[in-house]
Amino acid sequence: MATATTSSAITKDKLLWMYETMVLIRKFEEQARREQDSGRLRGTHSAIGQEAVPTGICAHLKDTDFVLGNHRSHHHCIAKGVDVNEMMAELLGKVTGTNRGKGGTMHIADITKGMLGANGVVGSNIPVATGVGLSAKTRKTDQVSVVFFGDGAAQQGSLHESINLAAIWKLPVIYVCENNRYAESTPFEYSVAGGSIANRAAGYGVPGVTVDGQNVLDMYEVGGEAVRRARAGEGPTLIEAQTYRYFGHYGADNPLGYRSKEEQDHYMSKDCIRQMRKHLTESKFATGAELDAIDKDCHTRIEAATKFGVDSPFPDLDELTTDVYIKYP
Amino acid sequence: MAQTKTRNLTFVQAINEGIRQELERDPNVIVMGVDVAGAAGKADQGFIDHFGGSFGMTKGLIQKFGPERILDTPIAENGFIGAGVGAAATGLRPLVDLMFAGFVGVAGDQIFNNAAKMHYMFGGKVKIPLTIQCQTSAGHGSAAQHSETLYALFTHMPGLKCVVPSDPYTAKGLEIAAIRDDDPVIIFQSITLMGMNFDVNVPEEPYTLPIGKARIVKEGTDVTLIGIGLTTQICLQAAKQLEKQGYSAEVVDLLSLSPLDEEAILESVRKTRKIVITDEDYPRCSVSSDISALVAEQAFDILDAPPVRVTAPHASVPYSPVLEEAYLISETKVLQAAMSLLE
Ligand SMILES: Cc1ncc(C[n+]2csc(CCOP(=O)(O)OP(=O)(O)O)c2C)c(N)n1
Repeated sequence: MATATTSSAITKDKLLWMYETMVLIRKFEEQARREQDSGRLRGTHSAIGQEAVPTGICAHLKDTDFVLGNHRSHHHCIAKGVDVNEMMAELLGKVTGTNRGKGGTMHIADITKGMLGANGVVGSNIPVATGVGLSAKTRKTDQVSVVFFGDGAAQQGSLHESINLAAIWKLPVIYVCENNRYAESTPFEYSVAGGSIANRAAGYGVPGVTVDGQNVLDMYEVGGEAVRRARAGEGPTLIEAQTYRYFGHYGADNPLGYRSKEEQDHYMSKDCIRQMRKHLTESKFATGAELDAIDKDCHTRIEAATKFGVDSPFPDLDELTTDVYIKYP
Repeated sequence: MAQTKTRNLTFVQAINEGIRQELERDPNVIVMGVDVAGAAGKADQGFIDHFGGSFGMTKGLIQKFGPERILDTPIAENGFIGAGVGAAATGLRPLVDLMFAGFVGVAGDQIFNNAAKMHYMFGGKVKIPLTIQCQTSAGHGSAAQHSETLYALFTHMPGLKCVVPSDPYTAKGLEIAAIRDDDPVIIFQSITLMGMNFDVNVPEEPYTLPIGKARIVKEGTDVTLIGIGLTTQICLQAAKQLEKQGYSAEVVDLLSLSPLDEEAILESVRKTRKIVITDEDYPRCSVSSDISALVAEQAFDILDAPPVRVTAPHASVPYSPVLEEAYLISETKVLQAAMSLLE
């Protein structure tokens, strides 16, 4: 498993950005769960527990780089800089949402921030991300394309087809598997032959890295090398980030039907935000008070986002048939 | 004569019972799909059957039939549906759960290029007794990829049979009929029907409904309402409203889209001379347009007015609850369509 070098190589601004991003995601997701429980939002896939994965990677990206996600993608969006007001409005189906209320929780996209969309079909965005890499290479930009997908998605043929393409064409694509150990209730151990997703990379002759996805500094380290490779024209990287989702798969799913309390406690004891907080204070990068102020600020931003979402209007009914085509006939 | 016992079951319970009875009857029947049981491989740790399949349709089967016949699959639809084709070609009768109909996009190669064509291409020498069930219907806040109905994609293909139950009774009968059929059969299950209460008796014994036969669920003389799955229930509600206004509507529940019971449709139209076709699917090149063509071609001279269709718009399913509400087929829309012919 890859481990981080010391964080001394990282600027304080970057460290605090990563802390803040993870806290903002956590608070957004906590609010999304409240909205779901109240019925204003009809169900969502919670990313709580997985905040460090996109945060460590996106810390290296620019607005002009691209991220593509899956059904569980709120954390990808926030880490890529999508506005939480617009995200919350989207969750509530409002016209002020990122997708004008048409896409909802599984399809958030904001091209201005390089978020090319969450996707509800498992494995479906992996080839699209490959094409984004092809585009960057053909247009001779230094853009990077990052796709996040689950351990379940790694069983789709789309991953094999895509990595092979990216490898033969040396595309600037980073394939990030968030291995949270379950696809719905199906354990990783059951569905993944050979016991590793990262190891498959060897067959394509590209780097395959397993990393502690609950440690944002490790994610940052691994992400940095993958982005460097991509920008340098050296081709794709496959990253398997070992992480954990704290809640059920979707809505009110109770995960204790397929995993033990002890297992949950084990992973939750390594919570990414708590780890980072400890690291920042112990290595004197920040004081507890500074971090408390960040927590409070994130809380306020999510409160404001919720108010924005709730107060925003629904789309007009004629939006039902707009956006199907650009021009038709 | 022995009395057949019947009970009130939900749509899901009726399907579950049908699958269970087929597994009991025929050792060659297997069930495959993502989380058809759930918590795969963890029975020794006390975890089993967490999902029980899409909407619980295969709940309780793994305990009885074991993981050799109730197979949780990795998420690899092209792989496991293709495996279903191969297994069917060589003696098994797989029931495969695709989950939402839109996921056909992943498995399309196996369904359209192999399942549908092998019997024909091989000169009738191989049969593919494969059943694929998938879930349909908008109205649940799941947006464009998880709400489609997509009948027409499948009915378009020679070689595939397509059935659509409309209540618990037809759900069980068609499930068993599909599993026993020697051709590949697609079953479309509306998740809206799964949440409804029915006053319908379902026999305990296994039974089949003939694939290719529609049924008249309400007789009438003034207008024909064609229902498919969920829209049959909506047509029945609209028929009640029409009754109050003094009109007698006949409701035809198609049950099978391929083969299509053309005679049942034409016979009803010959009686009422007016037809409203309801279909949750998109309107272009669809089952509804097919039926409209059928009556135009074969009953033109007895129609009082052109056929009227009530369908989804030619647009993807929106997420926002207000847009989605407007998207759905409703009793009001069917009523308005019928009144446009009657007034
Ligand atoms: C093609 C396809 N098959 C099945 C599903 C249903 N489904 C939605 S999420 C999911 C599990 C995905 O697991 P994983 O990729 O590990 O991501 P996680 O949910 O763990 O984040 C499944 C089976 C789907 N949306 N798309």
